[in-house]
Formats: sequence, C-alpha cells, structure tokens
Amino acid sequence: MTHLASPDLAANALVNTFFNWELIAQTFPRLITEGLLNTIAIAAGAIVVGIVIALLAAMLLLSDRWWVRLPARIYVDVFRGLPVIITVMLVGVGLPAAGIRPFGTDPFGYAILAIGIISGAYTAEIFRSGIQSVDPGQLQAARSLGMSYLRAMRLVVVPQGIRRVLPAMAGQFVKDIKESSLVYLLGLAAGQRELFFIAQEEVARTYNSSPLLAAGVCYLALTIPMTYLVNHLDKRLREGPRRTDPPVAGEPDVPQPPVPATAGEKA
Amino acid sequence: MTAATAAPALRVTGLSKSYGTHTVLRDITVDVRAGETLCLIGPSGSGKSTLLKCLNLLETPDNGEIWLGETHLTAPGADVDAARARIGMVFQHFNLFPHMSVERNVSIALTSVKGLPRDRARETALRRLAEVGLEAFADRRPSQLSGGQQQRVAIARALAMQPDVMLFDEATSALDPELVKDVLAVMRDLAAGGMTMAVVTHEMGFAREAADRVAFMCDGRLAEIDTPGRIFERAENPRLRQFLSQVL
Repeated sequence: MTHLASPDLAANALVNTFFNWELIAQTFPRLITEGLLNTIAIAAGAIVVGIVIALLAAMLLLSDRWWVRLPARIYVDVFRGLPVIITVMLVGVGLPAAGIRPFGTDPFGYAILAIGIISGAYTAEIFRSGIQSVDPGQLQAARSLGMSYLRAMRLVVVPQGIRRVLPAMAGQFVKDIKESSLVYLLGLAAGQRELFFIAQEEVARTYNSSPLLAAGVCYLALTIPMTYLVNHLDKRLREGPRRTDPPVAGEPDVPQPPVPATAGEKA
Repeated sequence: MTAATAAPALRVTGLSKSYGTHTVLRDITVDVRAGETLCLIGPSGSGKSTLLKCLNLLETPDNGEIWLGETHLTAPGADVDAARARIGMVFQHFNLFPHMSVERNVSIALTSVKGLPRDRARETALRRLAEVGLEAFADRRPSQLSGGQQQRVAIARALAMQPDVMLFDEATSALDPELVKDVLAVMRDLAAGGMTMAVVTHEMGFAREAADRVAFMCDGRLAEIDTPGRIFERAENPRLRQFLSQVL
C-alpha cells in the first residue's frame, strides 16, 4: 500500500500524455481532411508502383538464365535487406542530390517512389512463389494452343499465381500503409502531409502525445478493413462463382441417380 | 478408321533427346500421314510422351527434324507459336484453366491467338462444346465437372483451333474406369472423321480398333510400327510380345 502513489502517478502521466481526449478530438478533423487522403495517396501510389516493379522482377526471377535473374535478385535482396528509413532517405534525399529529379523538388513523388521500391522487393518474392506454385501443365497447355510465353503467362499462369498469394499481399499492403508514415522524414509541404506528419506536428505544438493515438486510430481504420476486404475477395475467388445447379440429366458422366458432378472427383 | 492418304501431315527424322546423361529418345524417324490415327504404345519410360511433346516442341529435341506439312518446325527462327496453333494437344491431366469458365477455356486461344472477336469466339466455343455433348456446362468452372467431362472440354479446346494434327498424351489414364469410354468415343469419332492423330495410349482396345498404324516404343527407340493386326496378332519382336502379354 505504501507504493500506491507511484503507480497512480505513472498512470496519470500515461493518461495525460496519450489520452487527452480534447487534443485527440482537435486533431481528428485535420487528420481526416488532409492526412487520411495523403496517406491513401502515398500508399496506393506505392502499392501500384510496387506491383508493377514486382511483376517485372518476378518474371526475371523465374528465368532459366542466371544473368537475367541477377539484377532482380540484387534488387530484391538490397531493398528487403535495407531498413525502410534508409531507403526513404536514399530515394528522397539521395536521388535529388545525385541530380536524378524525376519529380523536381516535390517530396510527394519521391515518397511514393521510395515506399513503392521497398514494396516491390517484397511483392516480387510473393509473386514469384505464387507463380511457381502454378502447375507447369498450365503453361504447357497454353503454349500448346499457340500462345507466346508472355501471353501464356499473362492470361493463364500469372492470374492463377496471384490469386493464390492474395492473403500474403494483404499483409504487404498493410506494411505499405504503415511505412508510408516514414516519408515524414522528407519534409512534406503543406497540403501534402500524411497522418503521422500531422500528428507529429500537433505533438510538437502541444507537448502532448495524444494526437499520435488519433493517427493510430486512422491507420487502423485503413488497415483492418483492407485486410478483411482482401480476405473476402480471396475466399470468393477460391470458391468460384456460386453455382449449385444440378448436373444436366442424361449426361453420361453423371452417375445414376444424379449427384453433383464434382462428387468423388479429384480435379 | 479411314484410309490414310500418302502425304505426311507430320514428319519426324532422326529425332533424339536426352536429359543430362539419360537418353530418352534415340534416332526416331516416323511419319504421321494425313487423316491417319497413329497410336504409340510401349512400357512406361519408353519415351512415348516425350516424343509426343517434341512433336509440338513443348520439349526441345537435341537432334533431328520435325516437319508439319510444308513447315520445318526445327529450323532456326521457325515460328513455333504459329505451328503450335496448328497442332492440338490433349494432356493426361486435362490442364484446363481453372480460373476461366468452360466456354472461356475453349475460346481463349480463338480471341488471343487467332484474333477472333469475343462473340464469334464464344459461338465457335459453344459449337465445339456441343460436339462433345457439354454445351450445357459452358458457364461452369472446370472444377465443377467430372474428369471425363473435363477431358472432353480439353478436346473441344484443342479442336476449336481447327488443328491439322491432334496429339493425345495418355488422355484417359487419369480417369476413373467408368469415365474412360466417353472420352474414347469422342476420340473414335474424330479418327473416323478423318482427323490426323498421334495417340499415346494404354488402351489397347482403342489402339486395335481405331488406329491405322500402331508404333511400339521401347528404350527410347521406335521398335516396331505396323498395322494393328500385325502388331497385336502376329508380333515377332520379343520385347513387343512381352509387353503385350503384360497388358492384354
């Protein structure tokens, strides 16, 4: 009982520092009107950039020739191996400093590029494993119909491979959304600020960390529904379109009395 | 069974193939005449399936030439994709595309390879599916069909391209026994209709009845090639006799 005062004080400090409801309420409007949109823009841009890079890198990684695989292998190993924060600085500060300025002096573009490059490295491996898990007979069947390698991959193999790795990709998307907060380091201009930047500004202004909690809630409002959305999509694709029509009568393959055509078949 | 005309639809000369130090095919020379059904039989591991996959270059031969009609497939720079579009292939495990409807499985190459408009491709696909008795299943997924139905879809898919030659790679081996006869019936109709066919099979009944010629393969060589009557009734090759005694 003698130590009661100390935990009480600590608890109060925690409540005061992170659960100042007034500050949280004050921060939300700016988070929602400015930060949420910018976080979505950066994350969505990075995801698109990442998927494009990843598709290309995955195709290279699947090559029989080592010198085709090599550049993709280096890319994946480097950007999966580097801390995110270093890549953000390399791309956002290093590129413009080296005279490579595809987005001029606007940090927003570099932010998307940096997160996209990191995302691509992880997604490339996800795609590669998904594509490799597709039965080689699928490629053979497509090629036997006269499709070129690239067309067969695009129409037959890659769509199947990607469907199999949707849950892994949901995880990657969540990471992309969270890591978009690190572009704060690039000093976004007014109107470009994402969730974490805005919260951090409020923290600096008020000497109170409660705005971070508000930003956290906003991140969860993005990541959790997205995970469930992708999982729902995955489930629907797995089960295929809902069809429960009985097999057509008189069909010789259907045992008598008719039972669903898939019964007993290992497709 | 149709009387085969003289011109070869498919000509193979001096074909050989090895994986590392393991030789799978040794100096194979064989014609498939236009309109003919040639059945390839032999013990497992004798190279039948590899030979078939060399014919449309799904496997690359080490040596030898393959001619499809007047087209030299093994020439450097030959348009292999265009040639494959003229050679239909049916696989042991069907290899239907599970993410597409049955109809799309049949029409996908019509739109993407032949450049047909979508509605005309669908029309053709439905007609082909009707020929194998499965037009009612056009909008199902392959996984909703039985194995025998799936294999008939695979045949319709290959036929939709109007191939010059059809290759069947153990098309009934993965099927439950009661489903085999429907697939064989489709293949018999095709043979009777004058389609040029090379058929790797373990169905000796089919080879005996539907084949114009039967080729016996053994240790990567084409050991015997003759009419079904002479192969099945008057075999002299000891390896062939041994093989037939095991499977008949």
